[in-house]
Amino acid sequence: MSERITKNMARNIFYVGSAISIIIFIALIINTVHQIPKLSNAKEMTPSVVRGKHIWEVNDCAGCHTLEGEGAFYAPELCDAFQRDGGGNVAAFKAYLASWMAAQPIKADNRKMPQFNLTKKQVNDLADFLIWTSHIHDHDWPHNIQG
Amino acid sequence: MKYKSQMVAKPYFIFALILLAGQIVFGLIAGMQYIHGGFLFPEIPFNVARMVHTNLLIVLMLFAFMGASYYLVPEEAERELWSPMLAKVMFWIFAVAGILTILGYLLVSYSELAKITLNYLLPTMGRGYLEQPTITKIGIVVVVVAFILNITMTIIKGRKTIITTMLLFGLFGLAFFFLFAFYNPANLVMSKTFWWFVVHMWVEDTWELIEAAILAFVVIKVTGVDREQIDKWLYLIVASTLIAGLMGVGHHYYFIGTPKYWFWLGTIFSVLEVVPFFLMIIFVYQMVKKRRIKHDNEAALTWAKGTAVVGFIGAGLLGLALSPYFISYFTHGTQLVAAHGHLSFFGAYIMIMFTIISYAMPTMRGRPHGNCAKAQRVEKIGFWLMVIGVFGMATALLIAGFVQVDLQELPNSAHALTFAQTVTKEMPWFVIREVFGVVILIGLLTYFYSFFVKEPNGA
Repeated sequence: MSERITKNMARNIFYVGSAISIIIFIALIINTVHQIPKLSNAKEMTPSVVRGKHIWEVNDCAGCHTLEGEGAFYAPELCDAFQRDGGGNVAAFKAYLASWMAAQPIKADNRKMPQFNLTKKQVNDLADFLIWTSHIHDHDWPHNIQG
Repeated sequence: MKYKSQMVAKPYFIFALILLAGQIVFGLIAGMQYIHGGFLFPEIPFNVARMVHTNLLIVLMLFAFMGASYYLVPEEAERELWSPMLAKVMFWIFAVAGILTILGYLLVSYSELAKITLNYLLPTMGRGYLEQPTITKIGIVVVVVAFILNITMTIIKGRKTIITTMLLFGLFGLAFFFLFAFYNPANLVMSKTFWWFVVHMWVEDTWELIEAAILAFVVIKVTGVDREQIDKWLYLIVASTLIAGLMGVGHHYYFIGTPKYWFWLGTIFSVLEVVPFFLMIIFVYQMVKKRRIKHDNEAALTWAKGTAVVGFIGAGLLGLALSPYFISYFTHGTQLVAAHGHLSFFGAYIMIMFTIISYAMPTMRGRPHGNCAKAQRVEKIGFWLMVIGVFGMATALLIAGFVQVDLQELPNSAHALTFAQTVTKEMPWFVIREVFGVVILIGLLTYFYSFFVKEPNGA
């Protein structure tokens, strides 16, 4: 097969093919960016949610956990922690998260979570961020509450 | 070696290999923590070990790509490097910045590091593979721009070949997409969408162009085949990489809050992403069949074949298996992804680094015909130990991933095991993974030893 493709044909496939796919790709990304505010409930992003994302990042939470399936696989997924650990109840989840963060590192656990020394307000922000994340329209992923 | 300035590649290669040793050591530490969570805790928490492991990989690959370019571009362009001094200075800047960043990870807590480096001015930290402080990211831009300037000027002033053109496409793409590392919007979904512009566009697109260019260069050198033959293949490999790789980003846009049309786009273009890896295998083996010379450096050809084959299996086949949306729904965020990541990074990228080093280092050490037979034997033992080690590790992770999917992901909420319960069921495979990790380290040390095997004539 390869004998029938000349160098000129190969070059044309490269330039034309790449140019077309770059154009289609840019169009798709623009469309995606337009849809994200709705898919992510951007209207519900309070200042607390935004601060919570920052706390998530500067403590490298994704260095152990996944969020929407991305991060590290050392610790549980957290996009559904609100449902799993708080039963979908805001007060219950916030109380749970505060006691959980304060208890680290837990002696009995094999895998260790460090003590991050977050303030009450920071834990509250982090909870708001995780609650907001749990409402992202991610096409019903994960399959179950443990995912 | 035809041009004196090619020698600037040498420290880049040596430093990349040293970083690789560090990467494996921190991989072993992280792997150990999968077995004993208290290992080195709290001095080196898992996230720090992992961060050092992955960041060393990124930095060492940048060193390897720079070294490879500095070596092959003068020879292709048929002239000395535009500025060997700039290359030497950038080496030291990059090496010092890299070491300081790693020390920062190890010596202070991550939130402290964010504070010290003024992350709040332009928050870019805390995302996978992009954990570097913003100031380090700026440093990477400076080094990469100086590097690309050097390479581009050399190419403009010299002979233009398809290999250097494709290399430039890859390098410019690498630099362009890295700029998205500075874009971290407050909306998590937006942030994730553009995070992939760096991560996916690097490893599944622009780096592949660089890989193909390096591979083509080494294959020409060790088989002596006609350049016309190579050029045609290179166009096809690069075209299929670009076309499939761009839209292939769709397989990361299934479940992060992006539109549903990516389900089909991601699935279809992921299938196409296998094509360049398949072409690379056919290319290498066809060129070997048509070869006009039998180069004495057989080890380099071993690596070239190796990177084509392992890259095809790890990045191509394993990537294909995980990419359809209906499979990803259950495998997303599991150990299966880790298995794929390890095998593809090693096959496509670490092995292309070994390919160019295996060819270039002997010539830079005054051995144009390659190392002596004994050194090559040692190198090939190192090759096999590392390949077996990585395959063993990836297989163990694959099985751990199957266990995880079976117990934690597939059942409904009433029957699924928790993450922690699943971990205990995966444990035997994590132990086996660690054992194969040690095999990889032994393989690398064996490979290092091949540098010190004395030439029979005392050279």
